[in-house]
Amino acid sequence: MKSALPVAIVVIALLAFWYVAAALMNAPLQRDAFANAGRDDYSTTDLVGASLNMERPKLPAPHQIVAELDRLILQTAPTSKRGLVYHAWITLQETLIGFFFGASLGIGLAVLVLSVRSLERSMMPWIVASQTVPIIALAPMIVVILNQFDITGIAPKAVIAAYLSFFPVTVGMVKGLRSPDPLQLDLMRTYSATPAQTFVKLRAPASAPFFFASMKIGAAAALVGAVVAEVTKSEDGGLGARLLAGSYYGQTVQIWAALFTAAALSAALVGLIGLASRLVLRRMAFTS
Amino acid sequence: MNARTADLAPPLLFGAAVLALWEAGVRLLGVPAIILPAPSAIFLRLATSVPTLAADFVQTIQGVLAGYALGSAAGLAVAILIDRSPFLQRGLLPLGNLVSALPIVGIAPIMVMWFGFDWQSKAAVVVVMTFFPMLVNATAGLSSAGAMERDLMKTYAADYFQTLGKLRLPAALPFVFNALKINTTLAMIGAIVAEFFGTPTVGMGFRISTEVGHLSIDMVWATIFVAAVAGSSFYAIVSLIERRATFWHASYRGRES
Repeated sequence: MKSALPVAIVVIALLAFWYVAAALMNAPLQRDAFANAGRDDYSTTDLVGASLNMERPKLPAPHQIVAELDRLILQTAPTSKRGLVYHAWITLQETLIGFFFGASLGIGLAVLVLSVRSLERSMMPWIVASQTVPIIALAPMIVVILNQFDITGIAPKAVIAAYLSFFPVTVGMVKGLRSPDPLQLDLMRTYSATPAQTFVKLRAPASAPFFFASMKIGAAAALVGAVVAEVTKSEDGGLGARLLAGSYYGQTVQIWAALFTAAALSAALVGLIGLASRLVLRRMAFTS
Repeated sequence: MNARTADLAPPLLFGAAVLALWEAGVRLLGVPAIILPAPSAIFLRLATSVPTLAADFVQTIQGVLAGYALGSAAGLAVAILIDRSPFLQRGLLPLGNLVSALPIVGIAPIMVMWFGFDWQSKAAVVVVMTFFPMLVNATAGLSSAGAMERDLMKTYAADYFQTLGKLRLPAALPFVFNALKINTTLAMIGAIVAEFFGTPTVGMGFRISTEVGHLSIDMVWATIFVAAVAGSSFYAIVSLIERRATFWHASYRGRES
């Protein structure tokens, strides 16, 4: 908790900077608005105050976003399509389902790659190369193709979330399952352990730190996949759909509110995994 | 060279096998082209629409490169600036790590509003996406020089900037390049996704989203192919520069001792 104070101060500085930036960016718009209203007797304080409370600002002030979040989350029924809880729940479902299948597939593939030698040599370069490809470009197409098979709603977005979380998990887990050093592997051999025993008693436990690290990356990637997929098929709702709707109608406050909700979801997922990681790794006596 | 070809053979064979299976599967099962076109159809489409694809590529890569350069440079600069203040480091690093896990591509609609439909707004998204990985990695890199080496610099009476230029920046290079490599992919993703939110009618992300709407899936695959080749070449170029830079670093030290 040594870093709590510095973090707090940096956050406060960022908020202050945000207010200044919001005032500066919105002031020209507000000046035009005053001019249109025929007012020219406003003081600088009026101008700044009005700039920070515009309906469609270029950059909404933090308190406007908080007010919008409060209106859409606390003041609106969770089941209402206008509230953010409804949309966040859709995104969360897509993310979790996608992440579950993506991570399972990723771990399965890592185990397969590790146990079948020829597969590793032929497939691993492609899996690594696929990391350098902007995979997300496939998202709109996957949604449309699944649509042809009458797969709509949450499923296509979960597929994309799974797809995005699967690669980092595979790469991380292959690295993790290979992390025991030759000495330890030799020891297993002197015990005449079978490959399966080596896997269960040495490789799987040794891969735990890598497992949690790749889970974090995978969960974050799954959420990005779900949000981007929602942008490409926005009629089903979700945070990505809110982003798109906000950008169509110039509702900046709405965009920021959706963005903050997505950020909170992501931070919560990664935070939960981090917590689990710390608990488990401490029990397993990993030092760092 | 022989060993290299032996290394390359299995993945190439695997890739060829996948392509052959794909082609055969599409033809034998009669999969409609709007679901999955055959590789041959995709390459035909690629060959016949080179001008469109080239224009898209140029449009997108502008945003990618401008944003990548600005974001990475800013990340490195801030890392060097906060390096002298442990207080700022303790404050900024947890935030940087947090932001790295957030869905930053979501700021795309805001950037499109601020900077217009052209490549500048895409570059802005890329700047934000590439900034934090560089900040976190470069900060770790700057503290990677060992205590012994720092003491040596002190006994040479080297001032802060000499230590920075001759010891700590070179020692940070592997970390910086790690961030540069991560950022290549992030930059491509940022630029393409930002184009889903509005472009002048050109660009790879625009092409993908409109051609999906027209159900000309072969064109989508052709664009994805271009994006994949561009992404991996970008990564490969950075890795090549990394090898050069690290090589220079090692040889430099070799001459000194």
